[in-house]
Amino acid sequence: MGDSMARPPREPLRPARLAAVFFRVGAMNELQYRVNFVVQLFQSAIALVTGLAVLALVFSHTSELNGWSQAELLAIMGVHIVMGGLIRTTIQPNMLRLMEDIRQGTFDFVLTKPDDAQVLASVREIRIWQAVDVIVGAVVLAVALSQLSGSIGPGEALAFGFALALGASMIYCFWLILTTGAFWIVRMDQLAELFEGIYQSGRWPVTIYPGWLRISLTYLVPIAFAVTVPAEGLTGRLTPETLLLAAGFALGLLMFTRWFWRFGLSRYSGASA
Amino acid sequence: MTAAGREQERREAVGRIALLGALVDLYLTEIRIAIAEQFQYRVANYFYMVGMIAEPVIYLVVWSTVAEQQGGSVGGFTPGQFAAYYIVWTLVRNMNIIFTPYGWEWRIRQGELSGMLLRPVHPIHWDLGYFAGWKFVAIVLWLPLALILAMLFRPELEPDLLDVAVFAIAIWGAYLIRSVNYWILGMVSFWTTRVGPLFELFLTAELLLSGRLVPLALMPDWAQSLANVLPFKWTFGFPIEALVGDLPADQLLGGLLMQLLWIVLGAIGVRVVWRFAVRRYSAVGN
Repeated sequence: MGDSMARPPREPLRPARLAAVFFRVGAMNELQYRVNFVVQLFQSAIALVTGLAVLALVFSHTSELNGWSQAELLAIMGVHIVMGGLIRTTIQPNMLRLMEDIRQGTFDFVLTKPDDAQVLASVREIRIWQAVDVIVGAVVLAVALSQLSGSIGPGEALAFGFALALGASMIYCFWLILTTGAFWIVRMDQLAELFEGIYQSGRWPVTIYPGWLRISLTYLVPIAFAVTVPAEGLTGRLTPETLLLAAGFALGLLMFTRWFWRFGLSRYSGASA
Repeated sequence: MTAAGREQERREAVGRIALLGALVDLYLTEIRIAIAEQFQYRVANYFYMVGMIAEPVIYLVVWSTVAEQQGGSVGGFTPGQFAAYYIVWTLVRNMNIIFTPYGWEWRIRQGELSGMLLRPVHPIHWDLGYFAGWKFVAIVLWLPLALILAMLFRPELEPDLLDVAVFAIAIWGAYLIRSVNYWILGMVSFWTTRVGPLFELFLTAELLLSGRLVPLALMPDWAQSLANVLPFKWTFGFPIEALVGDLPADQLLGGLLMQLLWIVLGAIGVRVVWRFAVRRYSAVGN
C-alpha cells in the first residue's frame, strides 16, 4: 500500500536518517521524565543483584556448569543484559506499538506516509532509559573479562561486536515476524511476556539445554545467536564457521522477514481510525 | 426475651444467610463469566502460559545439569525429582496468578473503581471470584502442557492420597494468600503512582524466598530461616513439596494451618489498609 504512493527519490541512508530523527524526538520526549531514570536504575540494580545471587547459588553447589566457569557465565550474563537493554530500548517498544496500531486501525497513519512502512514501524519508538541496562551489562562484562585469563585482542573484540550486531538483527526479525502475526491474530498482547520468558534462557550457555530445546533456542528463537555466540567470541570459543553460520542465518532471516511482512501487510484492511 | 426481640433476631439471622447466599451467587457468577471470557482468548492464554513455562524449564535444566555434575544429585534432588518439582511448579504458578498490583494504577486512573464502589459488596470479592474462574481455564489448558513436559523430562513423582488431598487444598490456599498480599501491595497506588520499584522489590524477595527459583532446601541456612517467617513459601514451596516431597502428615496439616494463618492475617491487612486507602480516592465524571 505504502509503496504505491509517490516514492521519494532513492536515498540509501534514508532509513538511518529517519531513525536518527525519531531517536532525537523520542529522546527529547523521554528526557522530560527524569525520575524514570532513577526508577530504571533501581530496577536494573534489582535484576542485577538477583542474577548475581542465582549465579552464586549455582556455584555454591558446583565448580563449573557444563564446562563453563563462573567468570565465563558472568560474561554471558553481561552479554544477556546488554542485549536485553538493546531489545527494550528499540525493538520491543516499536513492535508493541505496531501491534497496538494494527489492532486499533491507527496503522493507517503509518501507511499514508511516503516512506517504507517496515522502516517506519521499526524506528518510531525509543525508550532511552532502558539503555541503562546496556551500560550495566557492559560493566558486568568488563568485570567478567578482568577475571578471565587470556587477553582479548582486537580480533576477538571485532568478532564479538559483529556477532552482537548479527544477534540483534536476528532478534529484530524474530519480533517482527511474530508481530506481523497481528495481521491475522488480532490480540497478541501477551507476546512481550512470552518473549521475556523465553529470553531468560539466554542467561545460561545454550549448550546446557537438551537437543530439541537447544535447536529451538538457536533457529526458532535466535537467542543462542544473540547471546551465547557473542559470549563465545569473548571466551575464545568462537570458530569462524559459527560466525559464518550466524551471518548466513541473519541474512536469510532478514530476507524472509521482509517477504513475510509484505505478505502480512496485504492482509491489512484498516479500520478508518 | 420478648417475642419482638426473638422476631428481630430471627430476621437478622435470615438477613445474614441471605447475604451469604448472595455472596456465593456472586462468586459463582463471576467464575462463570471468567470461564466464558477467558476461553475466548485461548491463543493469548497459551502465549502467556508458554512464556511462563520457559522459567521453570530453565531452572530445571540448570539444576539438573548441576545435579549430574555432582554425581547424580544436589541437596537431595535428582534430575527426576527436579523435573517433578518444576512441573508441579507450573500448575502452582498458574494458581498464583492474581489481580496484578500494577493494575491498581489503571483502576484508579481510569475511574474503574468508582463503579466497583457503588456495588454493595467489597471489591475484593470480584477479583477473588473472577480469578478463581480463570483458574479452571488455566488448569484445562495446562493439562496438555504438563503431559508434554512430563514426557520430555521424566519426573519422579509418587504421591500418596494424603499428599494429593493436601495439595488440592494448598493450591487454593496459595491463591488466597497471594491474592490478599498483592491486594495490600497494590493499594499503595492510592498514595503514590511510582509503585514499580516497590513491587519489583517484593517480587524479587518472593522469587528468592518462596521456592519459586529453587527448592528452599538448596538455599543457604539463613535464607531458609528467613523464609520460615515470611508468607512467600506458603504460596510456592509448600504446595509443591506437599505433592513432590515426602513430608510427614503433621507437616502437611501444619502447613495448611500456616496457610490459614497467613490468609487471616492478609484479610485483616486488606480490611485495615482498604479503610484508609479508599478515603484517598476521588474520581471525576465517568
